Amino acid sequence: MPTPKFPESENAITRRDFFNWVVVGWAGFAAAMGGALTAIGRLFFPNITFEPPQQFKAGFPAEYAVNKVDERFKKRYGVWIVRNERGIYCLSTVCTHLGCTPNWLEGEAKFKCPCHGSGFYSTGINFEGPAPRPLERYRIGRSEDGQIAIDKTVKYQFEKGQWNDPSSFLELA
Amino acid sequence: MATIGNFITSAINAFCQPSILFTASCILFYLVFFRWREKFAEKKTLYWMEGSMGVFIFVSCLNPTFRSVVTKPDNIPIVGMLFLVVFFTWLAVHKMVINDRLIDQGLDVENKKEAKELVFTWPDLVFSEFICSIIAWCVLLIWSIVLKAPLEEPANPVETPNPSKAPWYFLGLQEMLVYYDPWLAGVVFPTLIVVGLILIPFIDINPKGNGYYTFKERKFAITSFLFGFLILWILLIIYGTFLRGPNWNFFGPYEVWDLHKLEVLKNVNLSEYLFRSTGLNGGKLPDNPFLREGLGMVLVIGYFVYGTILLQKKWMKNLYEKMGKPRFYILVGLLLSMGALPIKMVLRWLINLKYIVGIPEWFFNI
Repeated sequence: MPTPKFPESENAITRRDFFNWVVVGWAGFAAAMGGALTAIGRLFFPNITFEPPQQFKAGFPAEYAVNKVDERFKKRYGVWIVRNERGIYCLSTVCTHLGCTPNWLEGEAKFKCPCHGSGFYSTGINFEGPAPRPLERYRIGRSEDGQIAIDKTVKYQFEKGQWNDPSSFLELA
Repeated sequence: MATIGNFITSAINAFCQPSILFTASCILFYLVFFRWREKFAEKKTLYWMEGSMGVFIFVSCLNPTFRSVVTKPDNIPIVGMLFLVVFFTWLAVHKMVINDRLIDQGLDVENKKEAKELVFTWPDLVFSEFICSIIAWCVLLIWSIVLKAPLEEPANPVETPNPSKAPWYFLGLQEMLVYYDPWLAGVVFPTLIVVGLILIPFIDINPKGNGYYTFKERKFAITSFLFGFLILWILLIIYGTFLRGPNWNFFGPYEVWDLHKLEVLKNVNLSEYLFRSTGLNGGKLPDNPFLREGLGMVLVIGYFVYGTILLQKKWMKNLYEKMGKPRFYILVGLLLSMGALPIKMVLRWLINLKYIVGIPEWFFNI
């Protein structure tokens, strides 16, 4: 069987030329993708955010009634502030099951999540429904002017034994 | 009159309690497929079922709670779906029974006879497709004009609607999440469902029932699939749509959706049962998760290992020999995982069991 002959032309692309163009093409593609991804990544760091600050002052301890769950900061900061006989602590309003916002039911003295029915005591301890662990607490302390200072960047989880940390609970003498 | 009405509504409310409704549905499933198949397949049964369901829903609409739940724009298609599920289940059983009879007599199944009578694409097929598409268009048009889109207020991270319901086709998943940890009910189980459905044609090598309905030639395949579909998917959608109210509490169909309904649901982990009730370790839970959850881990591993051995050596011995090892183990793995859902549901209803293995420190709960 005779081998087929390919017609040769003057401006045929050589193997070397072809690979050069492939390299240029892929480099261009990679650069374009890299640029686009960088631009997308930039979106995650906005110049200005309208979120409330992570640290805020929550008024004076005297404004909080004993054994009451206070909902005044729920809307703005996503926290409940609870005072018991010994002191004050700050609970996150994020259900530990799948992140819905539970409701505080005064009559039944529990937080109840509308998504899958998880229930928590006013301490944040989970006792019904599927929530695997208690609500998280935030760092709480006093500012210089005597107000309660809350820092949402620091979380305390009961199951890790972090509720024993003094800054998870504001002791009132 | 009023007292009789009260008695009936409270009886139906009580019947719809998850444990009772679930058990009753499982029994009904068994009876329909293994005892009453011939009776179920009669045309009379279909008319009777659809008719009584229609009458039930119509009469129940006298009750304001029932009416508001059933006529909510989100829920109307689900009511329609119930009628369709009944119809298609009936249709399949109807055909199965006819074919099984023919097979028993040594005759060709229905479709084989039909396949010999050819019809033309034009006009026979195209014409009926055209009619179907016109009907579908009409239904969609009327639906979109008559029922308002169920839009809610703008999303707000600190305010979750109460109750907060997934789209209807995900309500089975949402119900699963009540019994299992998110990583299981939200990640592992959905993956297993999808992968398992994809694997069916590779696992099921029974050539019978190819292109025709039959029950007797593939009992196991049909029962296990329909149990998963009708009981573990459709029934859970019914729970989620019609019987779950504020705070994800359970409400009977005629029960007022009371925001403050008090339901005692104090759930307890297996480890807490073990240590607190037996007084082991002085009634205190050990800090080491392996010591604390050891019993649960043994039970879970034992369920899968012993379950596999039992099925392989005893209950599904023939299937094991026919299918070969890899297929059989994949099948058993999927089957036992599917069985894990009703087992956990029943345990929750009976003894308020929260987690068999509960290690919140590592986000590992079963």
